[in-house]
Amino acid sequence: MSVFSDVAALLVGLKTTLGETFKPHVTVQWPEEKSVRSERYRGRHYLRRYDNGLERCIGCELCAAACPVGCILVIAAENTAENRVSPGERYAKVYEINMLRCIFCGYCEEACPVQAIVLGPEYELSNVSREQFIYTKEMLLEPSPQQPPLYAGKKSQH
Amino acid sequence: MSSSPTGVTISREPAEGHVGGELLTVNFGPQHPSTHGVLRLVVILDGEVIRGVRPVIGYLHTGIEKQMEALRWQQGVVVTDRHDYLSPLHNNLAYAMAVERLVGVEPPPRAQALRVIMCELTRISSHCLWLGTSSLELGAMSMFMYCLRERETVLAMNEEISGYRMHTSYIRPGGVMADATERFWDMLADFVEKMPGHVDEYEDLLTNNPIWKRRTVGIGYLSAEDAVRLGASGPMVRGSGLPWDLRKTMPYSGYEKYDFEIAVEEAGDCYARYLCRIKEFRESVRILKQAMASIPDGPINVDERKMLPPPREELETSMEAVIHHFKLFTEGYSVPSGDVYAAVESPRGEHGCYVVSDGTHKPRRVKFRSASFVNLQALEHMAMGSMIADMIAMIGTADTVLGDVDR
Ligand code: SF4
Ligand code: SF4
Repeated sequence: MSVFSDVAALLVGLKTTLGETFKPHVTVQWPEEKSVRSERYRGRHYLRRYDNGLERCIGCELCAAACPVGCILVIAAENTAENRVSPGERYAKVYEINMLRCIFCGYCEEACPVQAIVLGPEYELSNVSREQFIYTKEMLLEPSPQQPPLYAGKKSQH
Repeated sequence: MSSSPTGVTISREPAEGHVGGELLTVNFGPQHPSTHGVLRLVVILDGEVIRGVRPVIGYLHTGIEKQMEALRWQQGVVVTDRHDYLSPLHNNLAYAMAVERLVGVEPPPRAQALRVIMCELTRISSHCLWLGTSSLELGAMSMFMYCLRERETVLAMNEEISGYRMHTSYIRPGGVMADATERFWDMLADFVEKMPGHVDEYEDLLTNNPIWKRRTVGIGYLSAEDAVRLGASGPMVRGSGLPWDLRKTMPYSGYEKYDFEIAVEEAGDCYARYLCRIKEFRESVRILKQAMASIPDGPINVDERKMLPPPREELETSMEAVIHHFKLFTEGYSVPSGDVYAAVESPRGEHGCYVVSDGTHKPRRVKFRSASFVNLQALEHMAMGSMIADMIAMIGTADTVLGDVDR
C-alpha cells in the first residue's frame, strides 16, 4: 500500500461524507415531529364500543387467556335490564392491563371474538410511577363512538 | 494473587520473563460499551499482549428456554423474538420450522416466500447494526449514522407488515401473521433499488481506508480448521474460506429456488469477515429481488384448522367456529410427541432450535443452538498473542448478541 493509494482512499471517503451534507435530512426531530405509524402498529390498547354506545367487551376473558405474559385482568359481571353495559349476557366489570408487563404482541386483539380490544398507534407511554402503568377500564375505553376513533386507520386483519 | 475467573479487580501475578516481571489480570466489561451488551472478559495480559481470555457470561440471562416450557405452542413465538433481538425473524423461523416438522405440515409457497423476504431483510438490518457499531468502535463515526439510516428503513418495513419494529412475531408455526400490504411492496421495491448504492457508500468509506485496514487486516486470525473445530458458523467460517451456509448446504423455506452465492473470503481475519458481510448485503438484495419477482399467489397459512383460529366471518355464523376459537386461545393445539431439530442461517451463523414434545399443548423442552454462543468460544483462540486494543475489533467481527448467548 502506497501513501498515494491511502490518501486516495481517504479522499473517496471524505467525498462520501461531504456529499451527505447536501442530501435531504432523514432524521425526524422527535418529539416535535412524529414519524407515521403503520396501519398495523401495535401500540397502546383501546376498548371499543358499538355505534350505539354499548361496550363491545363481553367479559369472556379470552384475551387474558391468550396473553403470553398474563398482564390482563378481567372480572366479568352480569348485565341486567337496568344496567346494560354490553349486548351480551356479561360485561367486564374490571378490565386492567399492566402496561409494564405487556409486550405488545397483539395476541389479545387476535383472540377477542368481538374485536373489543385493539392495539392503537400510540407508543409514547412513559410515566412517572409504576402504579400509573396499570391501565384501568376507564383509561382504556374509548369515550364515545361518535368521536373519530383513537386508533384511527387501524383495520383488523385477523 | 488471584487468577480466578470471577475476580473483579486488576490483579498482578509475578511471572518471569514477562513485561515488568508480572502478568496482569484485567476485567474487560461487563459495562464496556464495545462489548455489545454485557459481555465480561477476564483478560490476562503480558504488557499489552493478550495471554488469555475467559468470557464470563450470564449477565443477560432471561430464562427464555425455560419460559418456552410454560407457554403454549403458538405463544412461544413471542419469546423467540427476544433472545437474539437483532434477528427475530430467523429465531421465529427456526422455531416455526421445528413445530411444523413435528406436526407434519408444510407451509404454503407464498408463506415460504414471505419468510424468505423477511429473513433477508432481517439479515440486512442485522448486518447494518453490526457494521455501524463495529466501525464506530474502531473510530468510523459516520458509518454508524449511515448504517442506522438503512436499518431504519427495514424496521419501517417490519412495522408495515407486522405492526412492530423489532419484536415482530411475524413468522408463526403454520405460516405467517398476515399478508404483505401494497405499501410494503412499494417500500421493498424502493429499498432493493437503493440498497446496493448504500453498500457502495459503506465500501467507499471503509474497504480501502488505510486506518480501517490497519485495525482489521491480519487481526483476529482464525484458520478454517480451528473454526470448524470450535463449531463456529456464519461469517466466522466463511471469512476463513469455508463455503458453509445453511441456505445452500441444507436449504429450507425454498432457498434452493433462488440464485445466489455463498460469500466466502480466504484470509480468516477481521477484514475478511467484514468483506464477507459486505458481500452478504449484496447477495441478500439479490435474493430479495428474485423473491419479489417470483412470489406465488395463494394462502399464507397451512390448511390445518387445528393450528389456526377460524376466519373472523365464521365467528358470526358458526357455533363450531366459536368453540374452536375459544379452545385454541385457551388450550392451544397439541403437537405429536417426538423431538426435532431445525436450523436456519441467521446473520450470525447456524441458529438451531431443538424441540421436544410430549404430545401436550406445551413444549416439553426447547433448546436453542445459538450462533453467538458458539462463536464466542472462538474468541480466545483469535485473541491469543494480539494486542489488547485489537480485542475490540475481534469482539466486533465475532458479532455476538449477548441476549442470544445467555438466553
Ligand atoms: S399485547 Fe400481548 S402482552 Fe399485551 S396485553 Fe395483549 S396479549 Fe398481553
Ligand atoms: S376484550 Fe374481548 S376477549 Fe377480552 S374479555 Fe372482552 S370480549 Fe373477551
